[in-house]
Amino acid sequence: MNGPVKIGRPFRGRVFRYGDHVNTDVIFPGRYTYTKSRPEEVVPHALEDLDPTFAGRVRPGDVIVAGWNWGCGSSREQAAVCLRYAGVGAVIARSFGRIFYRNALNNGLLAIVCPEAVDALEEGAEVEVDLEGSAIRCGDIAYEFSPFSPAVRSMINAGGLIEQTRRRLAEG
Amino acid sequence: MTEAGRPADMARTFAQKALARAAGEVAVAVGEIVDARPDIALSHDNTAPIAEIWRQFGQDRVVIPERMAVTLDHAVPAPTVRHARNHAEVRAFVAEQGIGHFFEVGRGICHQVLSEEAIVLPGDLVLGSDSHTPHFGWLGAFGAGVGRSEMAVLWATGELWLRVPESIRIRLEGTLGEWVTTKDVALTLIGDLGADGALYRSVEFDGRAIAGLSLDSRAALVNMMAEMGAKNAYMAPDEDVFRYLAGRLLTRPGRRKSRGSEPGETSGKVADRLRERALYPDACAEYVAEHVLDLSSVQPRVACPHQVDDTVGVCELESVRIDQAFIGTCTNGRLEDLGAVHRVMAGRRAAPGTRMVIVPASSEVWNEALARGWVADLAAAGAVFGTPGCGPCMGNHLGVLAPGEVCISSANRNFQGRMGDRGAEIYLASPAVVAASAIAGRIVHPREVTE
Repeated sequence: MNGPVKIGRPFRGRVFRYGDHVNTDVIFPGRYTYTKSRPEEVVPHALEDLDPTFAGRVRPGDVIVAGWNWGCGSSREQAAVCLRYAGVGAVIARSFGRIFYRNALNNGLLAIVCPEAVDALEEGAEVEVDLEGSAIRCGDIAYEFSPFSPAVRSMINAGGLIEQTRRRLAEG
Repeated sequence: MTEAGRPADMARTFAQKALARAAGEVAVAVGEIVDARPDIALSHDNTAPIAEIWRQFGQDRVVIPERMAVTLDHAVPAPTVRHARNHAEVRAFVAEQGIGHFFEVGRGICHQVLSEEAIVLPGDLVLGSDSHTPHFGWLGAFGAGVGRSEMAVLWATGELWLRVPESIRIRLEGTLGEWVTTKDVALTLIGDLGADGALYRSVEFDGRAIAGLSLDSRAALVNMMAEMGAKNAYMAPDEDVFRYLAGRLLTRPGRRKSRGSEPGETSGKVADRLRERALYPDACAEYVAEHVLDLSSVQPRVACPHQVDDTVGVCELESVRIDQAFIGTCTNGRLEDLGAVHRVMAGRRAAPGTRMVIVPASSEVWNEALARGWVADLAAAGAVFGTPGCGPCMGNHLGVLAPGEVCISSANRNFQGRMGDRGAEIYLASPAVVAASAIAGRIVHPREVTE
């Protein structure tokens, strides 16, 4: 994956599997919340308290596959930002904490609810995520997910909430 | 409103009514996306990084300065130079933009302070860049957490899209037994329904038991619904709530004026206005789940590391030795909580090798505890006190944990690494259980040390 996620630009990567109720404290520890905010500051701490090896192993386009309630807990946006700027293209889960879900999409990190993919995808599997077709492909099997709403799709295509808002305000 | 699927005469939940008001609509349907205009936009130590995002919009002025509330509470007083610089940036932003409500280091935790200051009123929509914003449901307001980018967009546009959530009704009956608190009620509910038991939902409490709960107790229960995944939580406001707010509005004339009240009004008249503003779900409103809890069936409960829904009765735990006991946070750092601690600890002494850390939720709580003599008694019992604020709750300062240490805490989260090292363990319980455990040096029922 080069550059931000876009409709019509599928990306490929490897699966990192984690469990249920992975909270924002282990995704991005609270002890850094008020001192580290910029992408280059937060990336080295991605998943620090869950999997200290993650930040060193993740490559652009990789995806996280997890269970129920990924990203529960704090509202800290760095939990989404650190993953996005570490190169993660999507988190695929059974469900999401609601603030994480919004933070992720606002930052162009796909938060995809797809229980079938969670059941099937194994650690290290190579997958392709296709936003246009609303599908995750692994080998010759495709796992479909509910398409994002037109509003979310246009926000992702605009480069995220901030860029979209900036353009809207500039246009008056 | 005559549009299909959303007739104005349909029975509605609190969430539907509150979001309809905030969106300027007559009625909204569950699942509908609305552009909501919050009455209050809350941020705290994260105000400076939000301001940095906001500046990308090229605006000179935020569009809702009078509706913005900023508190410094998460790491206060500044523990490091980086935190100090962050605070300095927040102060500069607040001065530059003429922010309506600003509270300095030591005033207390945003949710407690905005309640004490009567900045949030029944029926309001509060959006906060803090996940415990559902807290304001104890006043009959709709509070929801948002991210930093969304807060920046709010400052720039005054509105944000929200989906109208499905609602869960929890009816409370009966009365709490001795040594049982609403923290135990919350841990019982979360243990039964799960840490995602209310994901994306509005949790709406009603029932006869509410009238018998103190205001501090109500706040603790509503606050904890964030740990069940709730978008917002709500408790039907009654005369106790209106009196609490009316008294505070009367001593703050500027605020009263800004919220549509007139100078010279009596407390009764101000309470009338609050009553008129309050929102209540219709009796036949549609809920995706309805639960009834008899408070007399609840026993003191403890959440075990590292999951808030991994709960057990305190008597089922076998000799869990603790290094630290912590009292504080937006969940259980109020006057009633310090009162429970005082009842257990006064005249006794924390066990050797056990640290007792108390961080009051606000300066008002601290001053009242001082005036009542509780602080002196608790200091004599071995407690140490921190500046009103969030304390060590999220591992910033004032009592963080070393590898292998065990803490029992009156806070809301026991995530791995939350209070410091990831090798530490956090148990969550009521203030009375935390205090009793400090005396015993292990997790015990308050009965064990008081009888």
